[in-house]
Amino acid sequence: MEQKTPLYDLHLRLSGKMVPFAGYLLPVQYATGVIAEHNAVRTACGLFDVSHMGEILFSGKDALNALQELLCNDMSAMDIGRVRYSPICNEQGGVVDDLVCCRMDENRYLLVVNAANKDKDFAWFKNYARGDVKIEDISDQYAQLALQGPKATDVLSKLIDVQKLPVKYYTFIDGLKIAGVDCLVSRTGYTGELGYELYCQPQKALQLAEALLQAGKEFGLIPCGLGARDTLRLEAGMPLYGHEMSDAITPYEAGLGLFVKMEKPYFIGKEALLTKNPPARIRIGLELIDRGIAREHNDIYKDELLIGETTSGTMAPYLSKAIAMAMVQKKYAVLGDVVDIDVRGKKLKAKIVELPFYKRAK
Amino acid sequence: MSFPKELRYTKTHEWVKSQDDSVTIGLTDFAQKELGDIVFIDIPEVGDQVTAGVSFADVESVKAVSEVISPVSGIVTEVNEDLVDAPETINEKPYEAWIIKVNELGDMEELISAQEYEQLTKEG
Repeated sequence: MEQKTPLYDLHLRLSGKMVPFAGYLLPVQYATGVIAEHNAVRTACGLFDVSHMGEILFSGKDALNALQELLCNDMSAMDIGRVRYSPICNEQGGVVDDLVCCRMDENRYLLVVNAANKDKDFAWFKNYARGDVKIEDISDQYAQLALQGPKATDVLSKLIDVQKLPVKYYTFIDGLKIAGVDCLVSRTGYTGELGYELYCQPQKALQLAEALLQAGKEFGLIPCGLGARDTLRLEAGMPLYGHEMSDAITPYEAGLGLFVKMEKPYFIGKEALLTKNPPARIRIGLELIDRGIAREHNDIYKDELLIGETTSGTMAPYLSKAIAMAMVQKKYAVLGDVVDIDVRGKKLKAKIVELPFYKRAK
Repeated sequence: MSFPKELRYTKTHEWVKSQDDSVTIGLTDFAQKELGDIVFIDIPEVGDQVTAGVSFADVESVKAVSEVISPVSGIVTEVNEDLVDAPETINEKPYEAWIIKVNELGDMEELISAQEYEQLTKEG
């Protein structure tokens, strides 16, 4: 039986089309539809309920050490108030999950993980963490709202003095009052736009969401569902666990080498990764030339030779193009080259293009 | 949601309009709402054979692919080429956005009335 987020009734009131996702009932879209929701985030602002995301707290004098051994990225030179992205690897160098880590305090780190992996991650951390560190799954103590789009700051300005908001990308401020609700506000997101993620107590989430929707009306803010969340991240070339990452895909293959710090003395997966860079296959972007839409797990051919498969694909609403991400043998990953994608028995021509497909104007 | 009385329906959410010895086939209002924003349709060509109970077109929304099932066997005599460039017409005017017209009719699947179809959509 799926759980409901604190905003379940609000979703129904807003005509959300509810679907089961990672153990929760969440709106895949509202009455406005995926295209309108997607474009609202690109041009104005959108509000997402991402309360399904998992929150895991590390505390204690060895919290940092434990994280250094569990995560591929280096968390050591991270000030309080900073957020950092990292993959978690298994001993073979495959990705267990990807997460963002907020440094809350001297010895306190909040990890935000994928909902579908929350239990797996928690068990993994409990199993492998060493030293004096307390690890708690505190997902039930947080609701999370993502306010994303170029007008996000304008929307918040109706509810809080914007001087108080985090300014830099990948920073956060805890204890901000927004519409009377205590929030942790981070300048992060999964859409390729300027935006904020707001964490609050579950019982306050409705009050916060309603205030944001009201404040955002004049700026074109609309509620957005999982459908738009997926097309936005895909258009922005962001990998998603279970698609571009898995326990059989290394961070190097996923194009996340930047977040693997081999100069650290030890972390789980390091030894395996020593022999896996450069990788034999890599993640690429594809833009369809022929009419049609590629989805995940479509085979890719170069001159009749199977060279890989798609990992995600959609019609990108803002770019109005069919795009896909794929994992292909590295020697065929040549920008500008044309390949064939087998879409339900039909071979469609596609061009290898640079990632991300969409980059916002700064 | 609308269910025009003059049309007949399939249980797989196509509408059918019969005229003399030809039928016109489209997707219902319920189907387009379920699919969401339609962004692509792959339609057959004039002269193609369609078979009762078998898919003759793919419609794709942003998120998913869905098949359009022919309620009749026959030969495609006309296709709505406008849908190729404007597949969203199916969302906007599902009962005007016909997909194909079929002639030389053979087998036909069971068709239901507007009232029966409306009932079916309510049962989910």
